[in-house]
Amino acid sequence: MRKPGKTLAPAPFDADEVRRLAEGLKALDGALLPILHAINDRFGHVDERAVPIVADVLNLTRAEVHGVLTFYHDFRRAPAPRHVVRLCRAEACQAMGADALHAELEKACRGGPVLVEAVYCLGNCALSPAALIDGKLYGRLDVAKVLELART
Amino acid sequence: MTQRIYVPRDAAALSVGAHQVAQAVAREIAARGLDAELVRPGSRGLFWLEPLVEFDGPSGRVGFGPVRAEDVPSLFGDAPKAPSLGRVEDLPYLKSQQRVTFARCGIIDPLSLADYEVHGGLKGLRRALEIAPAEIVAAVIESGLRGRGGAGFPTGIKWRTVAAAEGAQKYIVCNADEGDSGTYADRMLMEGDPFLLIEGMAIAGLAVGATKGFVYIRSEYPHAFRRMAGAVETARAARLLGPDVLDSGREFDIELRLGAGAYICGEETSLLESLEGKRGQVRAKPPLPAIQGLFAKPTVVNNVLSFAAVPTVMAEGAAFYRDFGMGRSRGTMPIQLGGNVKRGGLIERAFGLTLREIVEDYGGGTATGRPVRAVQVGGPLGAYWPDALFDTAFDYEAFAAKGGMIGHGGVVVFDDTVDLARQARFALEFCAIESCGKCTPCRIGSTRGVETIDKILRGERIVENIDLVRDLCEVLRDGSLCALGGLTPIPVMSALEHFPEDFVRDAVAAA
Ligand SMILES: Cc1cc2nc3c(=O)[nH]c(=O)nc-3n(C[C@H](O)[C@H](O)[C@H](O)COP(=O)(O)O)c2cc1C
Ligand code: SF4
Ligand code: FES
Repeated sequence: MRKPGKTLAPAPFDADEVRRLAEGLKALDGALLPILHAINDRFGHVDERAVPIVADVLNLTRAEVHGVLTFYHDFRRAPAPRHVVRLCRAEACQAMGADALHAELEKACRGGPVLVEAVYCLGNCALSPAALIDGKLYGRLDVAKVLELART
Repeated sequence: MTQRIYVPRDAAALSVGAHQVAQAVAREIAARGLDAELVRPGSRGLFWLEPLVEFDGPSGRVGFGPVRAEDVPSLFGDAPKAPSLGRVEDLPYLKSQQRVTFARCGIIDPLSLADYEVHGGLKGLRRALEIAPAEIVAAVIESGLRGRGGAGFPTGIKWRTVAAAEGAQKYIVCNADEGDSGTYADRMLMEGDPFLLIEGMAIAGLAVGATKGFVYIRSEYPHAFRRMAGAVETARAARLLGPDVLDSGREFDIELRLGAGAYICGEETSLLESLEGKRGQVRAKPPLPAIQGLFAKPTVVNNVLSFAAVPTVMAEGAAFYRDFGMGRSRGTMPIQLGGNVKRGGLIERAFGLTLREIVEDYGGGTATGRPVRAVQVGGPLGAYWPDALFDTAFDYEAFAAKGGMIGHGGVVVFDDTVDLARQARFALEFCAIESCGKCTPCRIGSTRGVETIDKILRGERIVENIDLVRDLCEVLRDGSLCALGGLTPIPVMSALEHFPEDFVRDAVAAA
């Protein structure tokens, strides 16, 4: 299973907004994932305090909500830094030097406002190495390009 | 007549600057006061040429690529600064293909239903509405179509099971999780011809008596998700989806769902759990999803490309589709070429061409210019093959006979700098990261495997540790509920079998 994200400074939590988001989607079949996505999108992460609210709205136990929240890599448990580079570490990108690129990026970004994360294939395997930088897909990347894109 | 100029809005094309190129084209049209219209299709799948710009001309579409935004003005003059490709359809890479599923991708405006119909869209659904559900199922069986998600199970047989199952509510679920590394055909299709998927799912609904469909799209594909959302909305407005599909009195609608970053959710039962709002843990089979699937109702789960092949079967007949291919692999396969390759892209061909044709003729060798050393076919659970196996025909059985699999059709090329011991290590690491946690060998054994290969890489007791890896692979193969644990041994063992020298290389260097 994937390791949880790094712990970072807390972001403002709004219980009413969480409830509103959950209420708005609860009519969907299997509403929990869409609700967690909505919270994650809105706040940049899913605060622990959102769990009992979502559980209440969906009539689930906290343990159930917590179990789902922690299973999926997408749901952040803590706020993300300003910029996120989700670098593809899968085979087609490995074949084009993604491992070395990752090592260089880690070094260049340590302690800074850019978080480098691993992701496994972005469907851009003919234009490797690929990454999602702040949610946008890029291909044919090298260190200089990633740093330029992540810092702008 | 207004001239049409095409710049793809495919995520891969955008990833190398297609948006800036499109903006430059729009500026040029305005500045020159041209009677021209900018169209944003999907990609042709000639990725080494992206961003590719095409101009409508008297003899067809002529192209330039790759184009940089700053070169765009020159394309409107006599001295284009980007490589001129002539008629795009005449490029050997494209001309030699048999584009059936991808016939419209890169050509039409993906969100124009009118464009879709002009290019043959909806013929299959109209035909399906004229005949009995059992006839639809019979045609799909006769076409020989096998699931394109990886396992290659006959699509029509699955549909027959769901059609026969009792249940007031049944579901159609499209697996658009496309987690296999080296694959992108589902993404391209959803972005470049989304109505084709909608049409295929609607036909499935008619065939088995399901009124509701879900498309489960991986969250790594935000662009495809948005495109599909636009297409579903347009389809509803045009009454292609909804309570009265094309005025037939039959109902079918589609809801989109976003995955949340878990490779295992591509496995169909895990995907269903995820759709139900749960942890994506694999279910034991039986019951088959066809009998008890989503919310325990009879459910068709198919890959994007499986659904997308069906409109052709309905419109052109089962024989048309079946006549492509070889042996028990019928129809065409969208092969996705990537990694360290000069000309990476989508190659849709009848089954039967060789891996060598794919890598050498289409691919043109490696991007780095070094010799090809290994090719992995079929995603992260696929085998690593050396040159000696490149003459194998692209066919389910031919690949299986040599210990490989074609899977979802991904072909990843590596040059001679690759270290297969490291690739084997990665296969086990990936299994550990993505394991759903249900089986001990998959959850724990994979991590032991990584540690053992690390020892081999350090040159510690190599012979004994290689034996240990082999034993672990056996345990994984025999003690796993699903193919994540069950097939991880394939990349590992193929690396050991075909590239044994890599497992002693570091030890030799250290000595
Ligand atoms: C670990 C694992 C991952 C899978 N990932 C996918 C996937 O991303 N997309 C897909 O269509 N099928 C995937 N499959 C295969 C599905 O379980 C299932 O066979 C397929 O969706 C059925 O559709 P088809 O018959 O049209 O191929 C995966 C299977 C396993 C074991
Ligand atoms: S083999 Fe792995 S992924 Fe598959 S069910 Fe078992 S633990 Fe889950
Ligand atoms: S392997 Fe990196 S984008 Fe597919």
